[in-house]
Amino acid sequence: MRAPALTARSYIGSSPLPTLERLNFKPMNAPREPMGGGLPLGSLRFADYTEPMSDSKRTAFCAALGRGLPSEILILDDEGLRPYECDGLTGYRQMPVAVALPRNESEAQAVLEICRSHEVPVVARGAGTGLSGGATPHRGGLVLSLARFNRIVSIDPLARIARVQPGVRNLAISEAAAVHGLYYAPDPSSQIACSIGGNVAENSGGVHCLKYGLTVHNVLRIRGLTIDGEVIEVGSEALDSQGLDLLGLLIGSEGMLAITTEVSVRLIPKPQQARVILASFDDVEKAGQAVADLLAAGIIPAGLEMMDGPMTAAVEEFVHAGYDLNAQAILLCESDGTPTEVAEEIAHMREVLSKSGATSLRISDSEAERLRFWSGRKNAFPASGRVSPDYYCIDGTIPRKRLGEMLRRIAGLEKKYGLRCLNVFHAGDGNLHPLILFDASRPGEFERTEEFGAEILEICVEMGGTVTGEHGVGIEKINTMCVQFSPQERMSFFAIKRAFDPEGLLNPGKAIPTLSRCAEYGREHVHRGALRFPELSRF
Amino acid sequence: MAEQVGQAEQTEQAERAEQWLIATRECLAQARLERQAIRIEGHGSKAFYGNPVSADRVLSTLGYAGVVDYDPTELVVVVRAGTPIRVLESLLESRGQRLAFEPPRFGSGGGTVGGMIASGLSGPARWMSGACRDFVLGMTVMNSQGDLLRYGGTVMKNVAGYDLARLHTGALGSLGIVLDVALKVLPLPAARLSLEWSCSEDAARETLNEWAARPLPLSASAWIPNQLGGFDGTLRLRLSGARAAVDEAANALSQSPQGRLGLARPLKNNEADAFWLSIRDQTHSVFQSSLPLWRVSLPARAEGHADFSPMLVEWGGGLRWIATNHSAQAVRAFAADRSGHAALYRPGQGQVLPSDGVFMPLEPVIHRLHQRIREELDPMGLLNPGRLSPAMARAA
Repeated sequence: MRAPALTARSYIGSSPLPTLERLNFKPMNAPREPMGGGLPLGSLRFADYTEPMSDSKRTAFCAALGRGLPSEILILDDEGLRPYECDGLTGYRQMPVAVALPRNESEAQAVLEICRSHEVPVVARGAGTGLSGGATPHRGGLVLSLARFNRIVSIDPLARIARVQPGVRNLAISEAAAVHGLYYAPDPSSQIACSIGGNVAENSGGVHCLKYGLTVHNVLRIRGLTIDGEVIEVGSEALDSQGLDLLGLLIGSEGMLAITTEVSVRLIPKPQQARVILASFDDVEKAGQAVADLLAAGIIPAGLEMMDGPMTAAVEEFVHAGYDLNAQAILLCESDGTPTEVAEEIAHMREVLSKSGATSLRISDSEAERLRFWSGRKNAFPASGRVSPDYYCIDGTIPRKRLGEMLRRIAGLEKKYGLRCLNVFHAGDGNLHPLILFDASRPGEFERTEEFGAEILEICVEMGGTVTGEHGVGIEKINTMCVQFSPQERMSFFAIKRAFDPEGLLNPGKAIPTLSRCAEYGREHVHRGALRFPELSRF
Repeated sequence: MAEQVGQAEQTEQAERAEQWLIATRECLAQARLERQAIRIEGHGSKAFYGNPVSADRVLSTLGYAGVVDYDPTELVVVVRAGTPIRVLESLLESRGQRLAFEPPRFGSGGGTVGGMIASGLSGPARWMSGACRDFVLGMTVMNSQGDLLRYGGTVMKNVAGYDLARLHTGALGSLGIVLDVALKVLPLPAARLSLEWSCSEDAARETLNEWAARPLPLSASAWIPNQLGGFDGTLRLRLSGARAAVDEAANALSQSPQGRLGLARPLKNNEADAFWLSIRDQTHSVFQSSLPLWRVSLPARAEGHADFSPMLVEWGGGLRWIATNHSAQAVRAFAADRSGHAALYRPGQGQVLPSDGVFMPLEPVIHRLHQRIREELDPMGLLNPGRLSPAMARAA
């Protein structure tokens, strides 16, 4: 018996997301710590998780699982394990030794106990929609699926707090709170499928973050298990708690510090109304400037998204949202609040956007029209899947003022790598999602795509940004972490890891690259300027 | 001209900052050699907060000051730890922006950015706008080894690596020396308006929680009893935001009696501003009590208790200030029974501090994690030892 694994595919219709899965992926046999050069990027990414389990250890471990756990929460056969071989980063797959689907905290403790005593790595998994490989299995490890922790424990409408188990879907929280006029604000594009536990692990964002914050701003309390099986509670349903901010530390820690078993989230009142402006620009730099102008005018839009011309063309053909096909860039700028508040803000936004050189402005007049304007943006990924056999979604953040410059440099990279790139941005946050189009059936094209993506991320760091805005590091960006963080900074991350998990059994090898991995990757941590303290000048 | 002067000052501050880093590294090297504890200090305006530190050396951050980078269109400011909060805020205000969590400013200096981050304290706006930790985007830190470490960045979204910038926020300097801080800033609200009602604490708390579940531009609340321990008091409510939203809400809340609250009185803006300032900076007379003052943070709807009647309730019931001679054990039990926590915020005159510290003891597993984190990040226990907890004083 097994729970169906929700993959990223299931929520965007027929088009796979991401589409790396047609990749001609070869089984990995890379050494644990690669020595010498010559390993392709893909193999290097996998280097830390490929240590297989010896046959004798496997036999003993599986026997212990069988003895210690009810059979209905255990998967050991190849067919049953197959759905767990990857998460949303489908280009990287490998089979775990076992999958456990505990139904409660004490079963989860039992799983951890067995793993600990056999020194077997544990990879926690929510809905498996993550795009960075945070839930990619360990070849010698167990996948701990929290899919059966799927209960909304309570909703207190007056306290505006929902207590939920980690396997509850993001959108299900808002659906359950809707009757009280409340909702849970962070809305990653996978919200119909992704779980709140996964959101906690990745500190997920969405399109309304500038005004309403990320997961870390909307989660009040986490109950979880340490690798030792001890119950911890961090944060609280009061507005603060004492001691160190372990809540902030656990959020975004990619399942490497603890296993989440319950989450208290903050609910907020649903705005009475939302309206969106669809603005066209004949130049991407002007659109970038318009974003700065809106913020300079003291406006914090509820959502502020940008698409370049090629992306607009691709989605228009797919969903017929009524986008301006002559525009070099379009902006979606949303206001929410009471009807008079929205009317006032929309008028202000309209004035700023006109001054910034928008060639046309359309304002949604109804909820149906608002949703139609958004439909293009929301379908940017599947639309890309229609114009290309495969695409690779990049996730980096830069200071907003450099959006235009970034687009120019991406255009340069398109020539360098001979690949096309469509661009969607969470412009309000400076968070980029360039979609590189490629055909995995052509030899070498995926490798070129990865190089292209890595170079975009390195430019993000150079511009003072980050290699991941909201998708997480996982295994996908582990190498580019070498560019963003110095050896001392990475050592301090390992220090935190040791404080929670001295044996390194929780999701080992993810998120933080070792020194030797960075040496292998061969790209230097970006130092800027020739100051005495180059570390400081990077801010 | 003014900008040229500004630039010259910036350059001078940057040079001083660099000298300060060199000196601080030397100070740390010496301290490691002689196993000397260091107390980190800015203005010293929050020296009363937390547990006492017995230190051999004092490290002043005042030499590490100045705004490093500020671009209002990015909604981000990068500022050095020794910068006075007031200097930072007046710069932001000149560009129509602010620190949305309203950090308190104590004493004549008003406190520094470093102290603001290390204490993590937030003012009245924390109720709806978020706390200090919610606005920290990135940080550079010097650890006790003298390494310069940078976490987070100057961008709104950043999930690369563990969120150590947030971990250092509120850590009372026990994990490292906070150097540069990148903060998210927000526009000043276009409009503000305050209302007041005469009511009991229960009525105030219940009504505020009902309102908080509605889309209203609430931004601060304060209930104060007419006399200490009394049942009747005054609730003040601040609305902030877009003009239309504030006017609409003010009309809706003041034109008819609001359930148990009765009819509202609008406050003049200058009177209201002075009041909120006195709550934020704790200059209001309710803070002048000679009794031990407890800061009690509770789930907003938690019921009160006659033995622990507050002299001020903020954050819609979430923050209760209680001046009492009751034992630490009794106040902590009151908070713990309600899933909250209590800190002895300002001890009374000559009060002997609880032997386990001014903060409530942590759960054993959480305490062990605190110790391990500190041992990993400051293995010799040199930085502000004991400030967070007497049990986390010097390392062996």
